[in-house]
Amino acid sequence: MKFVAVSSCPTGIAHTYMAAEALEQAGRDAGHEVVVETQGAAGSTPLDPAVIAAADGVIYAADLEVKDKERFAGKPFVDVGVKKAVHDAPGVLASAIAAVEAGVPAGAAPVAITSPATKVDSNASVGVRIRQWLMTGVSYMIPFVAAGGILIALGFMLAGIAWDGGNGAVEVTKIPVADLVANFDPTSLQQWSAVLFQTGALAFGFLVPVLSGFIAYAIADRPGLVPGFVGGAASVAVGAGFLGGLVTGFVAGGLAWWISRWNVPKGVRGVMPVVVTPLLSSLLVGIITLVVIGRPIAAAMDGLSDWLNGLSGNNLVLLGALLGAMMGFDLGGPVNKVAYTFAITGLAVPNLPNDANQFKIMAAVMAAGMVAPLAMALATVVRKGLFTHAERENGKAAWLLGASFISEGAIPFAAADPWRVIVSSLVGSSAAGALSMAFAAGVRAPHGGIWVLPLITNFWGWLIAIAVGMVVTCAIVVALKSARPSAVVQAEQAADAQLAAAVA
Amino acid sequence: MSTPLITPDLVAVDLAAADRDDATRHLIGLLAAAGRVTDAEGFHADVRAREAQMATGMPGGIGLPHARSAHVTAPSLAIGRLTQGVDWGAPDGPATLVFLIAAPDTGGGDHLQILAALARRLVHESFKTSLREAPDAAAVAEIVTREVVPA
Repeated sequence: MKFVAVSSCPTGIAHTYMAAEALEQAGRDAGHEVVVETQGAAGSTPLDPAVIAAADGVIYAADLEVKDKERFAGKPFVDVGVKKAVHDAPGVLASAIAAVEAGVPAGAAPVAITSPATKVDSNASVGVRIRQWLMTGVSYMIPFVAAGGILIALGFMLAGIAWDGGNGAVEVTKIPVADLVANFDPTSLQQWSAVLFQTGALAFGFLVPVLSGFIAYAIADRPGLVPGFVGGAASVAVGAGFLGGLVTGFVAGGLAWWISRWNVPKGVRGVMPVVVTPLLSSLLVGIITLVVIGRPIAAAMDGLSDWLNGLSGNNLVLLGALLGAMMGFDLGGPVNKVAYTFAITGLAVPNLPNDANQFKIMAAVMAAGMVAPLAMALATVVRKGLFTHAERENGKAAWLLGASFISEGAIPFAAADPWRVIVSSLVGSSAAGALSMAFAAGVRAPHGGIWVLPLITNFWGWLIAIAVGMVVTCAIVVALKSARPSAVVQAEQAADAQLAAAVA
Repeated sequence: MSTPLITPDLVAVDLAAADRDDATRHLIGLLAAAGRVTDAEGFHADVRAREAQMATGMPGGIGLPHARSAHVTAPSLAIGRLTQGVDWGAPDGPATLVFLIAAPDTGGGDHLQILAALARRLVHESFKTSLREAPDAAAVAEIVTREVVPA
């Protein structure tokens, strides 16, 4: 038989070539022809299309996504991962022969490696399982972040064209949904930008509920969904942000898991999954979130606000560092909200001079809020191997989200690995806030990111502040993640291997 | 290819190492002494990060730690023959022959061909055997230089 194979590995200098050599040798020993395309660091020479056409089957010994996989569409294949090919090339070849003989139907869908990590291994240790639960929530949340964030960013971009004077990104947020419904004018660019913005904002409304809901789903299966979503929504209602959503996800999952295991009379059993479990678990999560979590958070936010207001007049750079740290801490959560509200409340003072401190505070807060998503995007590029597939995908959207001052772009990273990401975000955002102040950058717009650049005074200094914050956060998160490689990433790689083994 | 992949001073023929980390550190020391690695600690961190992704123990008692790293100045190979095997994560037992590959992280293509050729040679039993039986460091370096040529 004739086979074509693709080998690749994370570094692209060792396994890729050992697997290729081992497969070719196994082929020679068994009297089959195996031609391998090594997609490694030394560059890859694509297989001759004629060789592919003549091949009976395909062997994927690839740990990275196979480049141009569509070339092999319709051929029987085995997908084994590079390690198996190195250690047991004859075995891999044998399963490839079996696959050809079994005649895997043409057009069989290749295994989607990038599918959400929903598989939770019940034999794993507690730590790994907690991270797998987290990752399930995060992987379902990511498309909402990407879709919502990109829609909002596009809304800002379009608004920049639709309004004169450069403050379209501000004006677009002032058009209420009711207005769009009642008076939509298809020829108005302003209205279209508002549609994009509002749709994105609606998608963003799901972030925390989806995160919480699917964490609970991972823990308790379907009974977890309702209390998880309700708990996430409750977390939003009390202003607890994504950190609150993580808590409600675990609480809801735990409750649903517990209630669904109650030993109930036969007559009640039928209504348990539809009525009793969702009802009781939602009620309990609601009570816990609204009554127990809600009040301390509100009190803490009030206290923090009062404290901030009492600080004004002091050293501006220090204030910038503080506000920056607050922005970077919980990415849209209560602490972030206090800093942001502090800044936009300042803007409300009428007739401010152009160099008013209020504008500088706003610029520092905006710069700091852009750091985390940009830094995570950068980190997924410079150190791919430290992130899961889903995180890397999210990293691509995070560039645009960060540039648009949508801090939520970093939430998937922070939710998956809270303390490392939050610590690094805190430091870098703080640096950006302080630098923005030091450069005396100022802005009148409460949001918009680079789309309100024309409104920003000393915008070079402001951009430098963001760039420095971004590099600082990126460096710290890479260092922290390298120091102790994430169990999530390892678990995912293990899951990939399992998946590959199952296919083989 | 101005710098050869390996020289006799990058070979340790009777290396006593307690574990994977210890063996790796010793080989990195050789590379650093030869000026091929600028920051031993930094490079070690890169190797460890790679090792954490998936252990590089290979069939037949081979450990193949490797990394592309900013701390590497020229593609290099350091070889350690261990007096006592250490676990390298291979299913078929501990490693007694350790190849540390150091690749610069800049530029792809040509200078990596030699490392690709090395990885391919490592699959062959005769190559491994000749390295195990070589009398001294110079002989080991000579075998690698002779056998590993870019395709």
